[in-house]
Order: sequence, then structure tokens, then C-alpha cells
Amino acid sequence: MSAATVPALELDDLGVAYTVRGIDRPVLRGVTLSIGEGESYGLVGESGCGKSTAAFALMRYLPRNGKITGGTIRIAGQELMGLSEDGVRKLRATQVSMVYQNPGAALNPSLRIGEQVAEVSRLLGASATSAGERAEEMLRRVQISDPARVMRRYPHQLSGGMQQRVVIGMALAKDPTLLILDEPTTGLDATVEAEVLDLIATLRTEFGTSVLFISHNLAVIAKMCERVGILYAGRLVEEGPTRTLFDDPRHPYTVGLLRCIPKGGLRKDQHRLDTIPGFLPQLGVELPGCVFTDRCGLAREICHEHEPELHPLGGGHASRCHFHEEAQTLPRTTPPHVAAPQRESNGVPVVRAEHMAKTFRQEGHDVRALDDLSIEIRPGETLGLVGESGSGKTTFARLLLGLTEPDQGSVVELEGHPLAPRIAKRSADDVRALQIVFQNPDAALNRRFSVRRIINRALTKLVGTKGSARDTRLRELAHSVRFDVRLLGARPAQLSGGLKQRVAIARAFAGDPRVVVCDEPTSALDVSVQAAILNLLADLQRDKGVTYLFISHDLGVVRYLSDRIAVLYLGRLMEVGAAETVFNAPHHPYTEALLSAVPTVEGEERPRIRLEGEIPSAADPPSGCVFHTRCPRYLGAICEEQEPPLAEVERGHFMRCHIPVDELRRLQAEAPPPRARQPESKTTS
Amino acid sequence: MAIAQFLLRRLGLAIITLFLLSVIIFVAAQLLPGDVGRAILGPFADQRAVDQLNEELGTDRSIFVQYGDWIGGVVTGDLGESYAFRRPVEELLWPALRASAKLALLAFVIVVPIGIVGGVAAALKEGRFRDRFISIGGLSATAIPEFVWAVLMIMIFGLWLDILPVTAQAPRGAGFFTQVEYLLLPALCLVFVLFGYIARMARAGTIEALDADYTRTAVLKGLPRRTVIRRHVLRNSLLPTIAVVATQVGYLFGGLVAIEFIFNYNGIGQLIYRAALQQDFPLLLSATLVIGVVYLVATLVADLLYSLLNPRIRLASSES
Amino acid sequence: MSTPEEQVVLAEHPLPEAPGEEHEETRVARRERLRLLLRSKTFLSGALIFGVFVFCAVFGPAVVPYDPLGSPTDILNKLESPSSSHLFGTDQLGRDIFSRVVVGARDILTVAFAATLLGTVLGAAIGLVTGYFRGIVDDVLMRIVDAFLAIPIVILGTVALVGLGPSKGTLIAVIGIVFAPIIARTVRAAVLSERELEYVQAAKLRNERAPYIMFAEILPNVTAPILVEFTVRLGYAIFAIATLSFLGFGVQPPAPDWGLQIKENYIIINSGYWWPTLFPALAIASLVISVNLITDGIARTFER
Repeated sequence: MSAATVPALELDDLGVAYTVRGIDRPVLRGVTLSIGEGESYGLVGESGCGKSTAAFALMRYLPRNGKITGGTIRIAGQELMGLSEDGVRKLRATQVSMVYQNPGAALNPSLRIGEQVAEVSRLLGASATSAGERAEEMLRRVQISDPARVMRRYPHQLSGGMQQRVVIGMALAKDPTLLILDEPTTGLDATVEAEVLDLIATLRTEFGTSVLFISHNLAVIAKMCERVGILYAGRLVEEGPTRTLFDDPRHPYTVGLLRCIPKGGLRKDQHRLDTIPGFLPQLGVELPGCVFTDRCGLAREICHEHEPELHPLGGGHASRCHFHEEAQTLPRTTPPHVAAPQRESNGVPVVRAEHMAKTFRQEGHDVRALDDLSIEIRPGETLGLVGESGSGKTTFARLLLGLTEPDQGSVVELEGHPLAPRIAKRSADDVRALQIVFQNPDAALNRRFSVRRIINRALTKLVGTKGSARDTRLRELAHSVRFDVRLLGARPAQLSGGLKQRVAIARAFAGDPRVVVCDEPTSALDVSVQAAILNLLADLQRDKGVTYLFISHDLGVVRYLSDRIAVLYLGRLMEVGAAETVFNAPHHPYTEALLSAVPTVEGEERPRIRLEGEIPSAADPPSGCVFHTRCPRYLGAICEEQEPPLAEVERGHFMRCHIPVDELRRLQAEAPPPRARQPESKTTS
Repeated sequence: MAIAQFLLRRLGLAIITLFLLSVIIFVAAQLLPGDVGRAILGPFADQRAVDQLNEELGTDRSIFVQYGDWIGGVVTGDLGESYAFRRPVEELLWPALRASAKLALLAFVIVVPIGIVGGVAAALKEGRFRDRFISIGGLSATAIPEFVWAVLMIMIFGLWLDILPVTAQAPRGAGFFTQVEYLLLPALCLVFVLFGYIARMARAGTIEALDADYTRTAVLKGLPRRTVIRRHVLRNSLLPTIAVVATQVGYLFGGLVAIEFIFNYNGIGQLIYRAALQQDFPLLLSATLVIGVVYLVATLVADLLYSLLNPRIRLASSES
Repeated sequence: MSTPEEQVVLAEHPLPEAPGEEHEETRVARRERLRLLLRSKTFLSGALIFGVFVFCAVFGPAVVPYDPLGSPTDILNKLESPSSSHLFGTDQLGRDIFSRVVVGARDILTVAFAATLLGTVLGAAIGLVTGYFRGIVDDVLMRIVDAFLAIPIVILGTVALVGLGPSKGTLIAVIGIVFAPIIARTVRAAVLSERELEYVQAAKLRNERAPYIMFAEILPNVTAPILVEFTVRLGYAIFAIATLSFLGFGVQPPAPDWGLQIKENYIIINSGYWWPTLFPALAIASLVISVNLITDGIARTFER
């Protein structure tokens, strides 16, 4: 950061409030920050902390009931507050751009890409031809291989990753001073996300644009930003250079947040995650003291009464805590160590799937969602299922549960006996034995029923208990998922996301299942809540000896909870083995790429392996090895002609690759592959 | 290609619908088949004459035979003979349809633009006075049956102001403007009823587009509001309105019966009314079927327009 | 002593106090909706007008000054213009129009209500079943719905009523049956999105029977669109019944039906006798508007 130039953004004591039923409820409270020229600043916080509001306030784009209650905003030295409507418009046209989540919705569905990108230059007075040229040039700079063709496309003809590139190109077309990125990669697949992040990093230096990067994902921020601000309840509680702040956090909230994340190869049998107790204060509540007091293990009297200053700690690091020196002594809310797990070690797998396949018929095409998957799940273990969209992981779960009927020839066995393909044909015992926890508890719980009714119904149907026996069981269940029995009368809408997920877990455990499928059970939750749910799942497994099939796109979470991991790509099992084996080389080239794509909080990045192109469609999978179109370690013609078998390369470690395992080990110990070969651009055809 | 496929599919569906429609109409009319011969000849006619007439008309046969007979005729273009008028149904139907089309067209030409403009105008001021005024006004106008509008119109323009003719049938050989003058009152009644539907759809579509992320993108690009609305909002919001306008054709014909009856206009509504009174089934069935066909054709045209204007359908490729 | 993890959850109270029984929760939610509804001016004005008509329908015959069906001496004061003795004037037979308009509310309201209820119950059941099962039954039903939508209800009603002969029962049956597929389509659309939610899969995973899933799990979640559809259709039913009566295929003379009164009297408007037509016309207009205002209020409250 150079002091001589004008900062790209300066916020001074910015306050924003929403008017709800006639009362102003503050969302941002006196936020002061500044982003230097060419600097990248990360704003982190959990949902509801006000980070998106901050972004829209900067663009002077607030909902009708939102207003800026105080403070100043300066972009490139220009004061925004007194600006006329026309002035604001000009500012948006020239100085500041924004990219947000869900690029599919951000593009106008009935205008060609070219028109939408060119519009930006047209607005600045360019002629139609030069605006068109500029648009094409922008698309080239966001690494779209055939810009002229993409210009003529409509948004729906592009993949999510391509759409986001277009949106980024559009945002940079005016060469803005400040680029605001609000969760720009949330919802994209891991390898696509990595590409987009790389692209942003490259363009930022090329254009010299300052960036305000907003995310809930600490790892992404750690990768992308030079400085970070932690937002809590509308207040900036800590700020500092990224590495300093993550290595030496000085606010109890930051400390707690970092402890929630399963990182550095932490595993469920060694270490429990810490959690942050309580809830974000409700919107608009008066907070005379420190905003974090109610949830802070270090809070003392002064914290309730006096809002702490932002204490400078040197080197641009500052913390809004009375006891910032002690922040790292924040007591844990959960003991770190865990009792050693007791695993049943008899030989019979609890689930054995053989030649599982599922073909869907879609608009005249056969789509092979799952192709010849054979796998065993052992009693009491967690099998992690990893893969990007279209990999077939959810299909596999549905087949197992009997919600979807597999193709002929598929075999599923539960503890040695065959399972009927459809749930309706399964015995009561089999139904009880296989249950699921879904990703989104809002959809998974009937919003018209009370918690009591939801769990009772499961008890009645799965166990057949009635009356007082059922009541006792209900209380036991609630207790085992740490759900306050006084809340049993509540409906889902009255509960927080974490509590709802506990209800869903209680329901899944009502009939003492043998196997519980966890389909992204923490993806919809904030990290602090995620930690509590992961702890709960680990505890339940230890107590009840249940087996998990754990599906997640978050590799850190999968690694924390899984004993073995299976990697799927385009409906094929590419690799399966013990968790640590899969995470450490030698691994399948796809696994290698996937692992290198995911940023971590520690920042010690694996060498990045770039995957080119998009995930092919399952309706038209590549010949030979389905990964050959994107494989960074592509061997030669054999990859395109022959599908490699799933071979046991080490004891219990299976891989589907033509490259011999020793060769892989050698290659992966060396530097990463120079650069994946450029595949024929499939996306724009 | 995508369009051709889409339209072929729609056409196929329309044909199935048309078949079901003919069955529904036929069944509805046959629910309790009154004695047709008796209905025509009156209560004092000789039973033998009645029987003979029934045989002559074929109304003594089973319902399936009669349906087959009728639908076979319809497919080959022979709509049968009217019981009451003793003339081929076609001869009665086409002039009536043409007359009704004139009335309907006039109503449409008036209502479509003001409905869309009204709806968009309301959406741009969502929740404010202008919106409430247009929405509630439209809602009320739409809710009132055509014949009630008709009598109110007759009172106001015919009786108290005395500026417009209260019958719709222009004198023979009247010029274009005279015809329009005669048709204005009945057309206005239809306009009142249709305005609300069209305005409501245009309003809903516009509000949805205004709330969409792509509109936010356009605003944050720094485009002037006028450009945002014209290029980004209306382009997306008016598309669904087209489909609604087509379905209004159906409602419009429903209103024609009462309107043509009140204004004594010899259109298809009046024809249906007379046929119903006289239990003239061949005429009633065919006239009703024609209205169904008009509706289906209108929907098909709307589908075509919609698919031509919507790139998502026009360019639906194998990629998702 | 509780474990630390438990303290975490106890601190996670979303409610200021622990709630009591389930019905209390339901009541809170319901009260909130009612409060919203009662703040809506459109809803309130609609409900007020509608209330007046309901009052007329229930107590009308007991409170009107004259016999709405007339008496033998009425013919002596036919076509009297509105005055203090005959508030709305008299018709061609000398009957008191005010009495006829007030009492006329009864038939149209009962027939419309019964027809809409019939259509809603039938339609909701069909919509639930087809939306839940999809497949061939669904395809066939949707084509039938399309076919029904292609013919305006007044015309289809005319055709059916000619066959069946006009009576209140027939009117109810015909309108109810024509409404059923239309309502089914709305309910089906709601069910289609609802059945994709995971709570339905969760129910399947405890082997619930289809009827339980449809009627116990899904139905409570689609009551809002059903209620909105009911009020929308009630408006259409009044519209259709009035029109059919006006055409002579609905309620029969000498009943004091509004549509019928207009049919009997509109022809003499041009002779200056506007009052026998105007008052029933205004009655129809204000009734349908009130129903639509209520619909608007309910739709805004439930579909936010």
C-alpha cells in the first residue's frame, strides 16, 4: 500500500439501517476502512453480519427501506454521500463495478453476451464497432477461448464458470478503480472456482484494480486478499494483513471462527472442533457494549458496558477488543480430545454395492448418471464421497436409499442380504436401517409440523412405539442431538439453521439406523454452526457405532470426518482408499487436481494444477478414460481409447488410471505438470 | 430446429386437446338429452310425427353413433344441418364468426396497448398511488360481468348522454367508421373486462423483471433508468404477457354471448344463444367447437411468437 | 451438570421464552397473518361490502318492506321511479326493486359458494393426486384441463344447462365441475414444487403410504394457494351465475335473481326506465368487486 496515492475506497464511520415496521434497525455500525490503490481487501463474516449490505451501500444501491444513517464513503477520493442521482450513475459507469453470486441470474437472458458486454463501453461514448471490439477484447482477457463466438451466444448457452467470466469481463470493461466481488465463486464447482479465482488474481494485477472481496469462506479470502476485515453484527471487529490476522488473531470472534474450521488434516478421532456458542444478535438490537459479549468466553463487566475502541496493534493490525492480548486464551466451549473410537472389526461390510448403475432418459438422450460402481462400506466407518456436479454422488445415495431404482444388474446388499431396489418393497428393518440427513433442513422438515410431531412420526413409523414409551424415546433422542426439549413445540421456521439440522439428525436416528447418508449436511450452515454439527455427528457415531456415507464438496470437512474416501467423476469411481492415503500422493490425477484446487486457511498452498475446460456432460461422456479431456497427466492415445480398470494399487487403495502407481508417485513428488494441454473448447460448440 | 420441434409438439398437443374438447362439448350437450323432435315440434305435436323427425335427424341412435357421425362430419368439413333453421350449419356459422371477429378485433386493438401500458405504468410505481389506482381499478373493471357493463354503458351513452348507438348492428352498407361507431359500445364492454387481466400480467412480469439480478446488473453498470427499463426490463417482462393476451381470446368469446345478445348483434355469441334456446344441437355443438378452435389457434400463435422472441427456446441446444 | 456442548444449545434460544404447546405456535403464526390481513385496506373494504351482502342473504327476507315476489295489487303501481316508499322504484309488474335486490343476494351467494366449494374440493383432490404421481394420469388430466380452458365457462355452462334443464342444483354441478380441472391445475403446480422438497423423501424413507404423504404432509403446505384459488373462483362463479341467469339458463323466474331482473328489464332502458336495471346491476358489480378485493388482500398476505 503506498501512502502517496489516493485510496480506492475510504469508509469513515459508515452506518446503514433498514426500516422495519417504522423502526430503524442498524445493520452496519460505524464501519471505517480503507482500501489502497491496487490493494485487495477481504471482508469476512457469517450470514447476517452485514457484508453484502456494505457492498450495496458502496454502490449506493440499497433496498427501499434501507438508508445510510451516517458516515462517509469516498471512492477514488470522490465523496459519495452528497452525489446526485446522475452523479451516482456516472460513478457506477466509470469507477466501481460489482460481481455477485449466481452469474446465471446476473446476465440478461434475452440479450446476447456481446451486447451486454459492449453496453458498458457504449455508455462511455464508444461507437458500436469499437464497443464491440472492446467487448471481444475483454472476453479474451477473461480467458474465453473463442470470444467472437461467445459474443453471439445467450447466457443460457454458457456454463456457470463461463457466465462468471463474462460477468467479470463486463465488470472490468470500464477499467474501474474498485471492483467489488460478493461471493463470486460460491456455488461453483471446486475446479471451476479455482480457475475463476486464478483469473481474478491475474486480472487484478493486469488492471491494477483495487478489490473488495466479500466472502464467508476464510480460505478463499486467505488466498485472494492482502488485508482482511472481520465483520460481526455490522461492526468491524478486527482488521489486519491477512497472514498476521490468521496466524495471530486478536479478537475472540476471529479466534473462535478459526477454531471452527477443520484444517491441517485434523481428524474426528484426534480432535474435536471448537464452536462459538449462541447467536448473532437480532437485527436492530441495542448493543451498548461490545457486539460480541453475549457469545464471548472472555467477556467481563466492562465488555457489557463499553464499546471497545479499535486498538492498533502495529503493522496495520487492529482489534476491537478490551482484552485483545488475551484473545487467544479464549476458553474452548468443547474439550479438544475425544475418547478413542470403538470400531467393529468383523469382516462383513454393512453395505456392499456391486455394478451399481443408473441411466436417466433425458430429452431423447440416455444420461449415465452412475456407471458400474462397486464399493463396500464397513461397519462403523465414514465413507466420504467426493466429486463435482454430475459426478453421481447424490444418485448413488438415492439408489442406496431406494428412492431411485437402479438399472438392471445392480446389486446392493445390507449386512449380507440383498436389498430390494425400491424403498416400497423393502422390509421394515431395512427401511429403518438406512436413513439420510439432507443438505437443506428448511426443505427437509415439513414447515407445517412441530418438531415434536416430526420426530414422533418417525418413531411411530420406524420403531412402532406409542404413548409414554414414545415420549421417553423422543426426549432421549432430543437429548442425544443436544436439542432443548423445551423447543419441541416449535416449528422449523422458528429455529436457527443449526437447530433445524439437529432435528433432521434426530429424525434420521429415530429408528437406530445402521447407515446414515449425510448429503452435504453442513453446506447451508455457517462455519461456527458447521463445527457443532460435525462434532455431533462424530459423537453419535462413537456412541452408536453408526456408519456414515458422507457427501460433501468441502474437502476439509470430508477429511475431518471420513475414514475412507471415494472420488467420483462423471458417474465413475476414480479412486477409493483410506482418507489419508487418498489425501497424500500418489493419488489419481483428478484427485490431485481437486486437492490443489481447494484453498486452505493456512495458505500453504499445494502447487496449483489447472484443469482446463468444463466438466463434460454425462449425456455425452468422453471415450476411454472419462477424465482424459481435462487430465493434466494425460499419457497418450490409450487414455482416449481404453477405459482403465479400477485396480488395487496398494492395500485397500484402488485407482482407475493407466499411469502405473510408481510413476504417479514419482511425478507427483516432482513439480506440478507444466500446464494442462489445451483441450478442444467443448463449451462453446 | 428447436422451434420446429417445439411447435410440432404444441400442434400435436393442440390436436389432442381439440379431440377432448369435442368430447366434452358433446357429452355436455347430451347429459340429459331432451327429446329433440318434441322440442322442435312442440308439446302438442303427434307422437308419430315426433318419432319420425327423430329418426330423420338421427337423434334416436346411440350417443356413440351420434358422436362418431358428428365428428366424422366435422373432420370432413360437413358440420351438418341446423334443426331450427333447416340450413347447413356452415352457412350460418361463417358470417356470424366474421361479424364476431370484427367486434373482437376492435376490442383487442383498444385493450392490448392500454392494458400493457397500464400494467407497466403500475409496476414502475409499485405500491404507490398510481399502482393501487390502476391495479384496483383494473381488478374491479374485470370483475364485473360484460352484460352489467353493457346495461351501464347503454344507460350512460345511450340514454343520458345519447351520443352512441345502443345496437351494434350497423345499417346495411355502412362505411368503416359508421361500423366502428356502432361497435364501440359493445367493444368497450369487452375492453373493461379484459383490461384487468392484461394489465395484471404486464404488471407482474415487469415487477419480476425489475427485481431480477440482471436488472440490478444493468443499474450497477450505470445505465440510465430509461435504458434499463427499455433494454433490460421490458424485453423480459412482456414476453409472458403475450401468452396471456392469447388466452384472453377465450374469455373474450365467453363475453360475446351476453354482449351480442344485449346489443342485438348477429355474431357467433348470438348464434350460440339462439341455438341453445331452441336445443339446436348441430348448430350449438359446431359453434362451440369453433370457439374452442379459435382459442387453440390463438394459443398456438402465442406459442410461436413466444418461441421466436425467447432465445431460450429458439436456441435451446443439447447443452443445458 | 450439563456438558459444555449442551450449554451451547441452551444458549441458542431463538425465542425469548420456551414455547408451550403446539397450538400456541399455530396461533401465533395465524395471528400474525390475520394482523397483516386486517391492515390491508383492500381486504377490509371488500370484506365490509361482502358482509353487507351476506347480511342481506341471511336476514333479507325477514327485513325487506315488500314481498320480493310481489302481490296481486302490485301491478297498480308498476314502473314507479325511486321514492321514499319504493327506495329503488318498482318494476314492470310493480314489485319493489329494493326488496328484490336485497333478497336476490341469497340465491347467488349460496349457488356461487356451493359451486366453488364443489370445484375446490374436487380440484384440490385431483391436483394433489396428479401432481404427486405425475405420469400418464397427469398427462391425460392436463390435456382435459386444456380442453376445458378452451371453452369459456359461460358457453360450456349454456351447452350443459340446455341439456340438463336449468335449476340451482344443475348450476352448482355444472360450474363446480368446470372449475375442478382449473383448480386442479393450480394445486398441481403447487404440489409439483412441493413434492421435490426433501421432507417428502424423508416421508418415503419411513415408508409412508402415498395418501398420507399427499394429504397429511403436502396438503397443509398448499393450503395458501388453495385458499387463494377458492376466493378467485368465487368471484368467477358469481360472474358466471349472473351471466347465465341473465341469459335465462340459470335461476328461473319469478325468483328475485339479479341477472334475471336485468334480463327482464334492460329492454325498457331506452324508454327511460333505468331503475329496474340499474340497481340489480350495481348489486352484481359491488358484490363481484368486493370478492375480488378480498381475494387481492388474501393473495397479498399469503403469497409474500
